[in-house]
Amino acid sequence: MTTTADTKTGAPLVRLTDAAKHYGNIIALSGITLEVGVGEVTCVLGDNGAGKSTLIKIIAGLHQHTEGTYEVEGEPVRFNSPREALDHGIATVYQDLAVVPLMPVWRNFFLGNEIRKGPSLDISAMRRMTKKELLDMGIDLRDVDQPIGTLSGGERQCVAISRAVHFGAKVLILDEPTAALGVKQSGVVLKYIINARERGLGVIFITHNPHHAYPVGDRFLLLKRGKNIGYFRKNEVTRDELTALMAGGAELEELSHELESAGGAAAEAAHVLGEEVHELGITPQAGGSSQ
Amino acid sequence: MSQTVDAPAPPARDERIRQKTPLQRLMARPEVGALAGAIVIFAFFFIVAEPFRDASSLASVLYVSSTYGIPAVAVALLMIGGEFDLSVGVAVTSSALVASMFSYEFSVNMWLGVLVALVVSLAIGFANGWLVVKTGIPSFLVTLGTFFMLTGLNLGMTKVITGNVATNDVSNIDGFASAKKVFASVWTIGGVGIRITLLWWIVFILVATWILLRTHVGNWIFAVGGSAQSSRAVGVPVNRVKIGLFMAVGFTAWFMGMHILFAFNTVQSGLGVGNEFYYIIAAVVGGCLLTGGYGSAIGAGIGAFIFGMTNQGIVYAGWNPDWFKFFVGALLLGAILLNTYIRRRAEASR
Repeated sequence: MTTTADTKTGAPLVRLTDAAKHYGNIIALSGITLEVGVGEVTCVLGDNGAGKSTLIKIIAGLHQHTEGTYEVEGEPVRFNSPREALDHGIATVYQDLAVVPLMPVWRNFFLGNEIRKGPSLDISAMRRMTKKELLDMGIDLRDVDQPIGTLSGGERQCVAISRAVHFGAKVLILDEPTAALGVKQSGVVLKYIINARERGLGVIFITHNPHHAYPVGDRFLLLKRGKNIGYFRKNEVTRDELTALMAGGAELEELSHELESAGGAAAEAAHVLGEEVHELGITPQAGGSSQ
Repeated sequence: MSQTVDAPAPPARDERIRQKTPLQRLMARPEVGALAGAIVIFAFFFIVAEPFRDASSLASVLYVSSTYGIPAVAVALLMIGGEFDLSVGVAVTSSALVASMFSYEFSVNMWLGVLVALVVSLAIGFANGWLVVKTGIPSFLVTLGTFFMLTGLNLGMTKVITGNVATNDVSNIDGFASAKKVFASVWTIGGVGIRITLLWWIVFILVATWILLRTHVGNWIFAVGGSAQSSRAVGVPVNRVKIGLFMAVGFTAWFMGMHILFAFNTVQSGLGVGNEFYYIIAAVVGGCLLTGGYGSAIGAGIGAFIFGMTNQGIVYAGWNPDWFKFFVGALLLGAILLNTYIRRRAEASR
């Protein structure tokens, strides 16, 4: 763990305590506690509709929490816009909103933060810095003049992430950065997350894939239907337990019964599923063991 | 995959890229297709039409090209920014009408009318842009609406004010001569009359190219056209950029309007309908992507030149002018096909 400015207070970079979000009479999120410190990766796991996006929208400043507290470096905050969050060093990299595909890599990297020399752009400096900054993060591009759309999905994510790092982010929120990627490209992004962690950034990594979360995460928050169903440090949980919690033991069993009653080939599938449930050691109570 | 793990410090030149020849670098430019098309069409008329070979013919081709080319420069920027403007053609006429009638009816210096027309033209651009960004309605529809409104206003207001479909001759009003020098003078160089619009056209192309490629505003123009949402997410003022582009189109419409006024002394109120398509075609032939995010001002210039050559070449070739529009359409379609083909090849060879 690195020692940086925030250790003087000992407060984590971002801490949510008992946060909740209501939309009118709809409770989208309740009782969420989460923290991410310097050089830590906190993974937020959950299925579709679990409340992951509501949670990141609160942290990123798009929405405000209705209950509980949200602290940045120990100071309670309530952001009215993503710009305010950015000013506190909290940058969000969205899966699809990252880049403009037809523009060269260096123009994308400096978009909105162009370096100027008088009235015009300092193009050579921006080219050089883009190349260097990406290299520092382990991406060696042949040509920063190529349109960013010609890069692979993983590389595009990495450029967007390194851009956020370069422009002063202390906390990175990554919204499903590996969801649309193949195995190899996901690996590139995961490596990148580790790089960011080693540089002393806090990372909030949203995913529904426990196999991506477990190798890089220091803490794991599991969400289901807007509620916390488990919050672990890495030494408190195994990957299989995480997978089991994500899949939801009870649901898998139900699915197995469903398939069995259909008969024929479906029943065989149900058998395979049943074995898997057995191997993972899933029981409906498994989740309660740690928290 | 463009990644390696064991990379040393960044070398000045990456050994994995072959040095591109100047030809290869040219081939990757957006305007290369238009350039090829222009050469083909120039060669074609040079062969079939004898009068086309005269220097004076080239001068008049360039003049016609500049009258389409000046608004086309701004239309190209707007298209790179992801929007359309169908109202430019008649907005040119509106601007000329405003300047002419204001100075004539209030008996004030011509320059005051010119200034009022500039304000009106910028306001039309602002209104188009504001409606597009605030309502989210596609610019195609918004400007189609303003196109019809302006067409009606041009005719209606002119009839109400002058009692005629054209404005009165303003050539005796103070300031006319000096304004004519700026907007519509002619120099004779070696027996060939060169119109000042040619000079202005080149200036506009150079300024627009500098803005696009060398300033942060240019970066933003490409970005809002390529992906407005991504641009907004990194803090680009998307709405301001788009409104500014519509106002730039208004500015060139004003400029062309002033040229028409000072070249002909009176303005026909029905003028300009349909010209907006020529501007858009010049931009598209010049390599601008209809969907935004890609293109060049130089390309739009070459596109306008192709149009000017076709326009005049048919006359020089002595063909029946009844067929004029058919040839224009066919040649433009051909140029666009060639352009698309070359661009695909250029992209593949990257």
